[in-house]
This record gives sequence, C-alpha cells and structure tokens, in this order.
Amino acid sequence: MNRAIENREGTPMSDTITAEAIESPGTRPAGEATQGEAAREASSIEMRGLHKRFGRDTVALDGVDLTIEAGEFFTLLGPSGCGKTTLLRILAGLEEADDGRLAIGGKDITEVPPHKRSVNTVFQSYALFPHLSVRENLAFGLKMRGLPPEEREARVAKIAEFIKLGDLVDRRVDQLSGGQRQRIALARALVNEPDVLLLDEPLSALDAGLRSQLQVELLRVQKRLGMTFVFVTHDQQEAMVMSDRIAVLNGGVIQQVGPPREVYERPANAFVARFMGHDNLYPVTARQGARLSTPIGELTAENPGEGGLLLIRPETLDLLPGEVAGDNHLPAVVSERLYRGSHAEYRLEIGTSTLQATLNNRGRHLPEVGHRVTVSVAPEDLVTLSE
Amino acid sequence: MAYTGVMPSARSRGMVREARHLLFTVAPGATWIVIFLVLPSAYLMSVAFMTNGSYGLPELPLSLESFRRLAGFGFLGWSPGNLYTLLRSLWQTLVSTGLVVIVAYPIAYYISTCRAKWRPIMLLLVVVPSWTNQVIRTFGWMNLLAPGTPLSELAEALGLISANMGLYPSNFAVTLGLVYNFLPFMVLPLYAAFEKLDTAQVEAAQDLFASPIRAFWHAVFPQTLPGLLAGIVLVAIPAFGMYVIPELLGGGKGMMLGNLVANQFAGGANWPLGAAGAILMLIATFIGLYAMRRIGRRLGGGEEVVI
Repeated sequence: MNRAIENREGTPMSDTITAEAIESPGTRPAGEATQGEAAREASSIEMRGLHKRFGRDTVALDGVDLTIEAGEFFTLLGPSGCGKTTLLRILAGLEEADDGRLAIGGKDITEVPPHKRSVNTVFQSYALFPHLSVRENLAFGLKMRGLPPEEREARVAKIAEFIKLGDLVDRRVDQLSGGQRQRIALARALVNEPDVLLLDEPLSALDAGLRSQLQVELLRVQKRLGMTFVFVTHDQQEAMVMSDRIAVLNGGVIQQVGPPREVYERPANAFVARFMGHDNLYPVTARQGARLSTPIGELTAENPGEGGLLLIRPETLDLLPGEVAGDNHLPAVVSERLYRGSHAEYRLEIGTSTLQATLNNRGRHLPEVGHRVTVSVAPEDLVTLSE
Repeated sequence: MAYTGVMPSARSRGMVREARHLLFTVAPGATWIVIFLVLPSAYLMSVAFMTNGSYGLPELPLSLESFRRLAGFGFLGWSPGNLYTLLRSLWQTLVSTGLVVIVAYPIAYYISTCRAKWRPIMLLLVVVPSWTNQVIRTFGWMNLLAPGTPLSELAEALGLISANMGLYPSNFAVTLGLVYNFLPFMVLPLYAAFEKLDTAQVEAAQDLFASPIRAFWHAVFPQTLPGLLAGIVLVAIPAFGMYVIPELLGGGKGMMLGNLVANQFAGGANWPLGAAGAILMLIATFIGLYAMRRIGRRLGGGEEVVI
C-alpha cells in the first residue's frame, strides 16, 4: 500500500482504498470498499524524537519515540500536563513539533498541515459546528474535500446507519444530549475514512453509565473497522478496558508501553504503578536471592526483578483469620474496611506500615475492623520495580 | 366535573393577577413610548401632509406639496438637489458601514484572542473616545484635516487633493468622521460573537480538511454573522440620519438627509418639508432593516438574528 502512495501527501481516501484493494485482494472488492465501512488497510504511526516546548520553561514532550501498529487501539495515558494531548495534536497537525519526525502509513507527514492529513479527530469538547445541522456537520469533511453532493449524502447515510444515529441526523446540534453529541463527533470523523482516528478524551464529559456504554460501542466500532485508533485519557480503568496497548506518559516522557495487563501487573516504575492505582509499594531494604526484606516483613518472590521497590497488588492478597505461621505470611491488624458488595477493600496495619487488600466476597467470613489477621501472598504475584 | 364551580373562579383569579402583573411591568414603558414616540411621530406625519405657512409653520389645508418639494419640484421646475442628498446619504452610509466592518472585524477578533484579563481594558480603549461629546470629537477632526495640516499636506504631496484645498471640508472627511464615530458600535457586537466562538471549532474545521481560509469562511464567519448584522444595524441607521458630522465636516457639498431635515426646522423653516424628509428617512430605514432580516435569515441558518 505504501508503495502506491509514497510520494504523495494527504492522499485522498478513495485512492488509498484502491491501492489497498489492489495489493491486498483478500479483504473486499474495491467497489465495495470505496463505499463501505472503511474496509481498508489500517496505517501504522512512527514517531521519532518528538520534542515540544511551550514558552521557555514548559516542556510538553521531551523526546518521544513510539510506534503504533496498524489497526491498533492505542491509548496515551497520563495525568494532565503529561504531554498526551500535545502528542495527539502533533499527530493531527494542530501543533508543530520543535524537533523530531512523524510518519503515518510509512510517509513522512511532519510538515504536512492538518487539512492535508488523512487523520481525523474526535475533540474533547466535540467541537460540532452550531450553525450547521447534524447532517451538514457530518458532511463537512467530505464537502471540504470536494466530494459531489450525491456521494456525500450516500456516505453520511452509511455512517449514520453504522453508528446507529437514527433520526439524530435531522436534528439541530443544540437539540442533542452529551452522549448524542459524542456519537455525532465520532461519526463526523469516521465518515472521512481516515488512516488514523484520534480521540482526545472523548468520553470524559459523560456520566459513568453512558460512559461505559460508549466505551463498548467505541471498541465495537474500532474492531469492525480495523482502523488505527489513538485514544487519549487520564483514566487508567478506561485505558485498560479499551486498549490493545497503552503508553503511560509523564513529564513529556514515555514511562512504559505495553498491553494493559503488563502495564498493570508489571509496571516499569513507581510512577506507572501509582498511576495505575497501586499503593502497596515498599522499599526493598535487603535481598538474599529471592528473599526480600521490606518494612512490612520478609517475603519471597518467585521472579522479583532487580528493582528497589516491592509492589504488592491488593487483589493478590488473602486474609486468614488469626495468626497462621507460614512462608509469605505476615501478621496484621484490620484498621478499615470498605464493603463494596462484590468485594471488600481493607486497610491493614503491619507495624507502622499500611497495606491495602481487596477481597472477593465469596460468602466466606470477612474480617472486621480490629481483627487480627494473617496476610498471605503467593511468590509469583510479587514484583519489584525501580523508583 | 365536580370542580366546574371552582375552576372558573380560580382561573379568573389567576387572570386578574396576571393582568395586574402586566399592568405594573408594561404600563410605565408603554406610557413613555406613547407620549414620547407614538404621539410625536403621529404629529410629525400629520405635519408632512400640511401646507407650508408664511413663517414655515404648518397650516391647513392638507396637501402633498411637501412631498413634491422633497422630490425636487420647486418654483423653477425640477432640480436634482434633494435626490443628490438622498443618494449621498445612502452612499455615505454604505461606504462608512463597509469600512467600519473592515476595520472592526480584525480588532474584535484580536481582542477576543487576548488574555482574559486584558480584554476588558482593550474594549474600554475602544469605547472611551465615545464618552467625549461627539461635536468636540468632530471639531478635533476639523483641526486634523483642515488645509495646512500635516495630513492635508501629505495628501497634497501624494497628489490626492489639489493645492490648499485641505482634506476638510469634503465627503471624504464625512466618511472618515462616520467610520471613526461608529467603530465601537461594530466592535462590541462582533467581539461578543467572537468570544462565544469555541476555538476548537476552527481546529475541527482544519482537521476536516478545510484550509485556513476555508475554515474561516465555513466555521468562523457564519458564527459571527449575528454580531455582524447587529453591528451593521447599530452603525448604518444612525449613520444614515447623521446630522453633526456632515454639518461640520461636509461643508456645502457634503450635506446628508439629516441636514436637509434639520434645516427645514431651523434656518430654511419649512416644517412640512422637514416632516416629509423625516418620513422618507423612516421608510428607507425600514426597507434597510427588512433587507437585513432577510439576509440574516438566509445566511444565519437556524439562528434568528434579532434586529
């Protein structure tokens, strides 16, 4: 696919589809692909040494190297100000990197202005045009690219059906609810069949119920289209639910890239661990092989790694009533219990340290505040990481 | 049906309360409008259909003489003087409003992009000059544009005017005065429109393949249209009826409709003719407003432009 379009910037979609149809005939006939739900080869993204600075002192990106595979649901995760939105805006062309290169689908687009990139964005504020009808909003990109009215109409109808917009297309923008606006914004970007879809915290303005519903919907759309999605969020739960891979950013630097399980279970450093919601981090004061000394006691880890911090995930802990001697058993006192129905969250005191534990509620006896318990953890669940 | 006895009385009590409410809220304003707008306008209209008396005051019988005079028919046959005045008024209104738009649009945009704490100060700077009396400001322009002033000499050196003519008095001076005078009335509504604009929409337009110019035309301009139309109304109507500026800066060649009307009530002393002129201005204004409304409806999409 790249060979056919290498020498062009911002290749119009239909050309890309044709090129794709020729080189990978396995997918769909070309005619259908042009009309269809973007049944086309997805594009990979290459970022090399991206730097961005605002003013004199604010470093937004400090050397980002990242490869996003074609067809991936990739999430940029981090706290506000970590550079994730800046990175997304550089992908969209709305921000120019001070240094570094960017390529999509193998062609360098570092210097290409936003309106010539085959990249579309779902904005955090949705940025729907209030002076246009929903239908005109959906057709905006197609109109700007000079598609004839009949084709615009056909494409809009197709995307409206695909996103299940129903009669929303006939409404005015100010008549839409937040969730509806979100879906229109998604459809307005998807209708252009971009190489890459960028999503800037698209669900952050919605309430929890609607949010999880739209998470599922977004995931369904991405899997069906096979399009490369780059998703920005500060919500680690959302990132884990949605993503094929996650990049955790802090201070303009990528801290870790990996699938959700890896990032959650084996965080690369203390920042990633804390950001993924882990509180049980203890300095390793001494080690003898797999035997680690920490402020909460001596523990054996199966494959601890070389880091100076021990991570104990709350859900890997078991609480035994009373004092039970054994390997990886620690005596503790329950200082707090939050009963959450399906599970209970415990705060335990071990000497002067505290430990968080999450227990599934399987009809067994749940220890209460003040009880003496024994904390038990399996060696294979213990990992260390660097500060 | 058991409530039939109760319902009407409850409802009529509500209506009484509503009527009283209406009386207290609307009556003062309505009274004011009737006394100071409706009655004088009715009187003015009736004056237009009377005969010019010996001292310029209206007298019976009723006649259309003043409209004939207004149209240019006098004792010596038809003369184009009044027609020129009308056309000059329209032309000055058109040109000065157009120039005000051209000057105000970037100013309003620039202010809207400034930091939030600077915006009120910038707006104040735009508005402050209008706190000075209009006559004094216009005299200021006379001093700036008179023959022998640096601006006039520059214009002379560039060959724009002939020697010792000065930029004032002239139609150009009137246009300049109008643009200067009405600038704040355009900047403020445009600024309000710009401030409402979500900058993400401009980025969205560019993201959706619009070049910067097309992003402006398709995403920004339509959203500033209500402000623009409001500004045009605020500028064009008073400019059309302007008296002070053409009087001071226009000289004999710069007279506008407002001066024609004023002269009939003062020096020229022909009240019926002045009243007829005022009615002509009113009609022209209404035609203009109607046209603006049509344009606003067509360009503004769903948004109703309040005029």
